[in-house]
Amino acid sequence: MSKMELCELTIKQAHQGLLRKDFSALELTRAFLNRIKRADKEINAFLTVSEDLAVTQAKNVDKEISSGEGISVLAGVPFCLKDNILIKDLRCTAGSRILENYVAPYDATVVRRLKELGGVILGKTNMDEFAMGSSCENSAFFPTKNPYDLKRVPGGSSGGSAAAVAANMTVFSLGSDTAGSVRQPASFCGVVGFKPTYGAVSRYGLIAMASSLDQIGPITKNVEDAEIVSNAIFGKDKMDQTSVELEPSVSVLNLEELRIGIPKEYFIEGMEKEVKERVNEGIGRIERAGAKIEEISLPHTPYAVPAYYVIVFSEISANLARYDGIRYGYSAAGDPKIKTLLDVYLESRKEGLGKEVKRRIMLGTYTLSRGYYDAYYLRAQKVRAKIKEDFDNAFKKVEAIITPVSPTVAFKIGERIADPLEMYLSDIFTASVNLAGLPAISLPCGKANNLPVGLQIIGKSFEDRKVLEVAKVLEKILK
Amino acid sequence: MLKKEEVARIAKLARLGLTEEEKEKFQRELSSILEYVEKLKKADTSRVNPVFSSIPPLTVKSGGELREDGPEKRQSEETENLVKAAPVSRGRHIQVKAVFE
Repeated sequence: MSKMELCELTIKQAHQGLLRKDFSALELTRAFLNRIKRADKEINAFLTVSEDLAVTQAKNVDKEISSGEGISVLAGVPFCLKDNILIKDLRCTAGSRILENYVAPYDATVVRRLKELGGVILGKTNMDEFAMGSSCENSAFFPTKNPYDLKRVPGGSSGGSAAAVAANMTVFSLGSDTAGSVRQPASFCGVVGFKPTYGAVSRYGLIAMASSLDQIGPITKNVEDAEIVSNAIFGKDKMDQTSVELEPSVSVLNLEELRIGIPKEYFIEGMEKEVKERVNEGIGRIERAGAKIEEISLPHTPYAVPAYYVIVFSEISANLARYDGIRYGYSAAGDPKIKTLLDVYLESRKEGLGKEVKRRIMLGTYTLSRGYYDAYYLRAQKVRAKIKEDFDNAFKKVEAIITPVSPTVAFKIGERIADPLEMYLSDIFTASVNLAGLPAISLPCGKANNLPVGLQIIGKSFEDRKVLEVAKVLEKILK
Repeated sequence: MLKKEEVARIAKLARLGLTEEEKEKFQRELSSILEYVEKLKKADTSRVNPVFSSIPPLTVKSGGELREDGPEKRQSEETENLVKAAPVSRGRHIQVKAVFE
């Protein structure tokens, strides 16, 4: 098999290849490391490449294979992670200058689990700073390019992860999703992105942005890979009290009995015409294959983006208070001009944090402050209850909901960065899902102007395995 | 539109140092974003309880776990790594500027 073909393998194919001894784990890892060296010059998906770690891990897997021990399906499979997931002794920046030289003192739970299964870590991928953004342009270091068109964004905030998978620089990647940050870049880059139910995957070791919304999720080449990775990282974790054990697997899916809802509020003005066409064509194929499609209503949809942003600004302002130049990260404390403790805070945060981060911290501080808490934060959390209720009502009639992922295909680098509000509206189809804590997956469903279009499948809380099962069936129909 | 003193007050609460230029820019940007989220006023939230998370609140009664009430055993390597990460430290302590004036 050629080096390039090795980089196109899915998890199962890589596993079979290793078992048949078509190639060693070390050869497989080196193929990816070489591909990264060549392709990433143009794409800039990686912030850190962990060559030594990857080679050591691959060699260990080869030892296990030659000793005749059975290996797990993920052993020897190279993967990368968004740079807000901690790996012990590796740099972890969250895409920010304030953590430019921060070295993680422990492994995230998802990392520990994948290491135990023999996964090989290629490196850490680029992201919008502290996951704030929908294009990877807010990274303090550099923007990542979309492998389909280098003048366009890969989406965000897990843009590096999605670009790495799409460009075959990795078998799979882990990202994080707070309002669409796994699903939207997956749709822009023509790959699969899954956001589990809030609580299905431990957040221990994920640098927090919004604690009631964040979830880690896989970005993969196909749904089967997303299922394999998800099964490896699902599960209650004593280090994350918001984590929950999922119900065991579901029965096999019968497409003719599947009722799918299409929310009328999601097919609105402002969607690019061809994107709407691709998604509608996809729904048409699914219907012709036997599923029951019906129109539903999620009436509080117009309030989702403003509610999301008030809540996220508020949670951000609390979670980012820790970046104060005292315990870690960039600090102004060593500067002789800085005399007082207050100045250490003001100056460290002034120098270390980017524009979008400062904007959101300011807004969150305002919305939580005395006199404004009720009008903004509390009101938004009440609207959140209504949004969740809309979904609960819809799921009494249907078992899955299908929507577009984004109103547009990947936009050009620089096109939306001037107006923060325009960027926030990218989340219009994805944010409600995080507010309600539901599982959702983005699947490729064709191209518009040669750029990938994604289709979103949303499921009931904790029915993650069902969503993945439905997605596997629909993936075949949409091919 | 937010007044400049309001922007300065928020910045101080958030412990963010801002230049004069940044304060003016934020006046415009924050005002326009706050105007957008005013949309929420149109939603009927008269008889709704707020939901702060998509999972029910954790209490001991609802199955939340408490750890043993005693000191946790930590490896000294862990402590060393944490202190090493601090910008200014002395021995096993993180050093900060005077807290009281």
